Amino acid sequence: MAPLQIVFLILGLATIISAVMVVTARRIMHAALWLVLTLLGVAALFATLENGFFTAVQVVVYVGAIAILIIFAVMLTRRDLQDTPQQSNPNSGIVAVIALAVTGGLIYGLSTWQNFSASRSAMMTNAAAEGERIVDLGLALVSPDAFAIPFEVASVLLIGALIGAIYVASGQRE
Amino acid sequence: MIPLSWYLIFAALLFGIGLYGVLARRNAVAILMGIELMLNAVNINLLAFWRYLYNSSQQGQVFVAIVLAAAAAEAVVGLALIISAYRRRKTVVAEEMDLLKG
Repeated sequence: MAPLQIVFLILGLATIISAVMVVTARRIMHAALWLVLTLLGVAALFATLENGFFTAVQVVVYVGAIAILIIFAVMLTRRDLQDTPQQSNPNSGIVAVIALAVTGGLIYGLSTWQNFSASRSAMMTNAAAEGERIVDLGLALVSPDAFAIPFEVASVLLIGALIGAIYVASGQRE
Repeated sequence: MIPLSWYLIFAALLFGIGLYGVLARRNAVAILMGIELMLNAVNINLLAFWRYLYNSSQQGQVFVAIVLAAAAAEAVVGLALIISAYRRRKTVVAEEMDLLKG
């Protein structure tokens, strides 16, 4: 077994275990901390896909911003979290069956696809090629015949979310 | 070399765990955590497809960037709504947030 495969298995196992802890931890604060570990595991998997840029973006955006935001929300709404008798719905058994069925369906559906066990095509992975790929991505994001419109729509979405979040969460108005 | 199927199976598992979290949790913040897990599973799939099948083009990476922006916007608005609802109703349990019920 190649070293990269062992690394993948260890990372994947750690990520799956911490993801399970996210959805089952009794205390919501612990779930939020497990979520940080899960997001870091996903970032490491991005690194095994030889994409350094999105590894960094994952760490900055998810671990640095979204996880901190979730931890703040947990702390702001903390009061009745610790003494709720149960954190899951009473019908969580059915839900587990549904989730397992969806997972099984996804894996089965994908396994009938012809590219399911495709192996990696070769790619230049030295530092210069990596830098060149980031430059290409940046140019594609602003070039009008590539992805300038989705990029601008994403900017508008972020501005809208920013203003909306301030409006909804501020308690000043009547 | 890692086959593509490992990434796809891993992402399907992560998506299933996130789906369980969304459906089973009572706390609204925990439901949002489940959604984040599902979005991460999607991103792993997209980057794996990009790396294995289409690594000479930019679409896969642009798609991941857009998903990241949408996830950030969704988390911000969702948490703002939860905090606002908590301020009015003193609860974060999703089934008790029934202000719109007739």
